[in-house]
Amino acid sequence: MPKKIIFKHLLAIRWMHWINFPVLTIMIWSGMLIYWANDVYQVKIGNNTLITFFPNWFYTYFHIPYRLAEGMAYHFVFMRLFFINGLLYVLYTIFSGEWRYLLPNRHSFKESFQVVLYDLHLSKIKPLQTKYNAAQRVAYSMVIFMGFGSLLTGIAIYKPVQFGWATAICGGYAAARTIHFILTVGYVLFFVIHVVQVLLAGWNNFRAMVAGFEITEEKDIATEAD
Amino acid sequence: MKEIIVDDKKAVQYKRRSWLSFVVFFAMNGLAYSAWKWLFGQPNNANGTKTLLRKGMETNESIFSHLFNEDKLAKEYPTDEAAKKPRVNGNLGLNNSFDAAQWKLNVVKATGDVLAISLEEIKKLPKVQVVFDFKCIEGWDQVTSWGGVRFSDFIKHFNLTKQQAMQYVGMVTPDEKYYVGIDMPSMLQPQTILCYEMNDAPLPINQGYPLRLIIPVKYGVKHIKRISTITFADTKPKDYWAENGYDYYTGH
Repeated sequence: MPKKIIFKHLLAIRWMHWINFPVLTIMIWSGMLIYWANDVYQVKIGNNTLITFFPNWFYTYFHIPYRLAEGMAYHFVFMRLFFINGLLYVLYTIFSGEWRYLLPNRHSFKESFQVVLYDLHLSKIKPLQTKYNAAQRVAYSMVIFMGFGSLLTGIAIYKPVQFGWATAICGGYAAARTIHFILTVGYVLFFVIHVVQVLLAGWNNFRAMVAGFEITEEKDIATEAD
Repeated sequence: MKEIIVDDKKAVQYKRRSWLSFVVFFAMNGLAYSAWKWLFGQPNNANGTKTLLRKGMETNESIFSHLFNEDKLAKEYPTDEAAKKPRVNGNLGLNNSFDAAQWKLNVVKATGDVLAISLEEIKKLPKVQVVFDFKCIEGWDQVTSWGGVRFSDFIKHFNLTKQQAMQYVGMVTPDEKYYVGIDMPSMLQPQTILCYEMNDAPLPINQGYPLRLIIPVKYGVKHIKRISTITFADTKPKDYWAENGYDYYTGH
């Protein structure tokens, strides 16, 4: 029976995607080792503390305390991989024309609400799915933009005199650190949603991120081919 | 997206290709995991970190010390924004048996050639005030106000031009328990001062009386309190925190 092969992700994109995963994991982990030394961030409403970054059980569980030097060493070595991989991804996306599938267009923001409603089973209208649907366009573009934000705030923290302009753009040194932290929380949230969506999307979708293509049975194609 | 319709024979080939991709994928996962295990399992050297990480820090140092521009100044603030009681974050090198009356700054010009300078002599040099955002390696920062003499003025005044041609400056506390090594370009940056005042008053004991370093292009760990001896060298002088796994350069 004839099958349909759908070529989805280019080889370079797949490599950069999978390289980014362990590198970003190491960046987040070493970032937590650094953050522990001055763990001042909290989410508060009035006088009520909703979230403390981080509670003691969290530090104990992940063996975080007293590892500032180690965290800085890993962070400032692996930042180079994160930077180079991200830069190559952006350049490749621009020059290969892949940005056409990735960047949101003027319909994407409205349509992404329809995707969310559909995914939450609140709407039965199936949204348009090409390589990426509207919500994917918005989410994936945003995460790249966040990567740029991490780079900017990172350099603003790392070299606040030599790259004083970056520190100024971020609204100062302390603000740069806060944004850097918030972006990291953003990655973790992105990761959770991303993994759930990949699990729900199924095998063929996952295969496309590894092998590059989907293989689908198309019964109606068979009749056409006859 | 490109799509093609294939017959059964071709489809088998694509399935094979798909499997091959997964074999490569898992092999790469294994490789990455082993590489991480290897790196993470490396023992720490005497300097408190792994050889590869130390090399990484040194590469960063060579990149960013080349980018260093001494004309770029740390942002300065109005005096009234400075903290009235700046945070005290360390007392390494500040033992209690210190006799301030006996204190002099020892500048080692060459082996056996030591210049002993009193606080009064230092105070005769032009005083500059630096109000900047002090940044601790732990992550906190605080706007603080300091007064003292520019290190570059100090060098000129005491005819240390030959020493200035060297690459590093080393500084040690009287009890030799705390010590820093700093690259010369950062020392000559115009905001780097030998500091004897905080908030327009003499330095408190816990802030390094009689003389400390203020160097806004470095993290707080380099702002050594209660300096006793200054040396010059072309190799890196020993540095307390660099011996404990931290980056030597820690420059801003």
